[in-house]
Amino acid sequence: MDRQLLSGDEAVALAALHAGVALGTGYPGTPSTEILEAFDALGGRAQWAPNEKVALEVGLGAAFGNARVLVTMKHVGLNVAADPLFTAAYTGVSGALIVVTADDPGMASSQNEQDNRRYAIAAGLPMIEPSDSQEAYDLFFTAIEMSERWKLPVLYRMTTRVCHSKSVVTPAARGDAAPEAARKPAPHFEHDINARVMIPANARPAHRRLRAKLVEIAAWGEECALNRVEPGSGSAADLGIVTSGVSYLHAAEAAPGAAILKIGLVNPLPLEKARAFAAAHARTVVIEEGDPVIADSLRAAGVAVESRPDIYRFGELDVPRVRRILAGDASPEPAAPLGKPPELCPACPYHAVYATLQKHDCIVAGDIGCYTLGVLPPYRAMDTCVAMGASIGVGLGLRHVLPPEEARRVVSIIGDSTFVHSGISGLVEMAYNPPPTGHVVIVLDNGTTAMTGQQEHPGTGRRLDHGPTARLSIEGVASAIGIESVTVIDPYADPDGFESLLLERLAAPELSVIVARRPCVLAAADIRKWEQQAAEFRARAPEQVAYDLPVDQDLPMGDQ
Amino acid sequence: MSVTNVVLAGLGGQGVIKASDILADAALRAGLDVKKSELHGMSQRGGSVTSDVRFGERVLSPMVPRGEADYLVVLADSEVEVTRPLLRPGGVLLAPDLIADADLPNKRSLNVALLGALSRYLDLPPEAMLDAMRAALPERLHAVNERAFEMGRKVAAADGTIP
Repeated sequence: MDRQLLSGDEAVALAALHAGVALGTGYPGTPSTEILEAFDALGGRAQWAPNEKVALEVGLGAAFGNARVLVTMKHVGLNVAADPLFTAAYTGVSGALIVVTADDPGMASSQNEQDNRRYAIAAGLPMIEPSDSQEAYDLFFTAIEMSERWKLPVLYRMTTRVCHSKSVVTPAARGDAAPEAARKPAPHFEHDINARVMIPANARPAHRRLRAKLVEIAAWGEECALNRVEPGSGSAADLGIVTSGVSYLHAAEAAPGAAILKIGLVNPLPLEKARAFAAAHARTVVIEEGDPVIADSLRAAGVAVESRPDIYRFGELDVPRVRRILAGDASPEPAAPLGKPPELCPACPYHAVYATLQKHDCIVAGDIGCYTLGVLPPYRAMDTCVAMGASIGVGLGLRHVLPPEEARRVVSIIGDSTFVHSGISGLVEMAYNPPPTGHVVIVLDNGTTAMTGQQEHPGTGRRLDHGPTARLSIEGVASAIGIESVTVIDPYADPDGFESLLLERLAAPELSVIVARRPCVLAAADIRKWEQQAAEFRARAPEQVAYDLPVDQDLPMGDQ
Repeated sequence: MSVTNVVLAGLGGQGVIKASDILADAALRAGLDVKKSELHGMSQRGGSVTSDVRFGERVLSPMVPRGEADYLVVLADSEVEVTRPLLRPGGVLLAPDLIADADLPNKRSLNVALLGALSRYLDLPPEAMLDAMRAALPERLHAVNERAFEMGRKVAAADGTIP
């Protein structure tokens, strides 16, 4: 096949297609979002789940059914999916289950820079880490083989640079991919109650089985092609570098001639290979982004390696930083150039919302999305932002303990996709344990998952491929949960009406949800197009529509 | 190992990423190894955007080391000073004022016009750049961007520093 210039995300999608992956599911999150979009564009079956936990559970079920499955999420998404993940390590799978976790060292678009290699260790799952797009393609097949051989989910760790950098991929490099897809198992179900029903009596032996598998994988990992030694040359050959992921490329460039132990299987680590490698070099340095996972593991095993000064655990590595690490330089680094920060789009429908919150000195429990930019000047109208859906719980907590005059100024603000992801249970809590002053939740419904690049979600009534499906009604959910006042308003068309509504609700000691609905200015034209296509489809082939699609008259589609 | 390092910079929405896509594709079409890297996400909301393109016989890191860019192509006046430290001593800066706004067939074509100027310096066939541009943009924009590309080439040719 021809050389192609692909991002790491696109390379994973292509590999998934070639490997015969039957289903891709996930929740959008930078830098992982493009994997499922590319998989869909290539003809794969891809769908967005309401959140990562559901995505992993759907993927697990499909893998219980003997299919090859891909589940994608960003690093913090794995926190949401961690509950099924840990026990899926016990149950194992029948087909293949590859879970992509896309970490974001440097936090280009995230609220933390957690290192998800820790999850592989904690859950006891094998983890593969590619360095560039060619490896993102090639190693995916290894992940499938491992998952099917050991009947375990395999974590596929990428990072922002690997996901979003484009580099040359030659799919033929690993041989003709078509036979691989042909080898895929046919989905079918076999009862295996002892393996999959994790009551304690079954889970106890399951844990032992998992640990036995990991011992086997560790032995296999010592010899497998994922971990390779590149011998050094010339005067630098006394230096050994142990590295993985994109750091491998920085290191190879920063230290030409150094010997490299390139680790592709980051859990379990090839401890004996590393021991022999370190013994063969006068100095061995671990070059890794994030937490000192490899360095600590090797040193705990008695392998003599150097880690790096702690300043390098913050942010991404690059060639200059690797040069500094190798030179033992822990002096302060030159500041990165300060560019123009991002801001709410000039025609964003939320300007009126933030202007109002600022004007009335509200205490704003915020959430994750591009509306988080309301924290920046000129509004500075957000006081907390922690995790998906946290706005509602945090707002309630503040309401419970603050003096009434302060409590009455507390507002939770959350986007539509975030609300569906994990805001709904917050509303349940609100109805169940209402604060004495009541509470106000504003759902900013711009009809798309805007931050990550305008993905669909259950509230849009369209699937990943923008085709029609059932639409979740945010106001309907709020009413059904028992919220007393639920109002839909367009804050862009009626900013004064929004202000008076908010003031009225803040003054009343009751529970209130305000759905501030206006399509994202960047998505409005596309939304119109998709809705029109859906209408034409329904008119053309009513018999193909399985159920009546709710038509939401409240969703304004005007020109912006 | 000879690797050419290009950094493209500007503000979200200006076509920085599109320009770096075109440049990287041109290098691919020329049979070279190429890597391209930038950060998506928050940066798309009108903030500063930079995109690194590296090509040559073999490229390792996808990121242009700070202070080692051979070429710095900037689409927004406000980003020129911010990004100048990325350039190596003796590197070439192609700033937006190189292209007179009034002469552009379409304001949105500044990115392609600057690619035209850049093409005078690079060891890549201009036809590969144009093919990459046509592959990256809808057909109705081809003519206007071909004109912008030629305009950039002419402007750069008028500059005494062209090799």
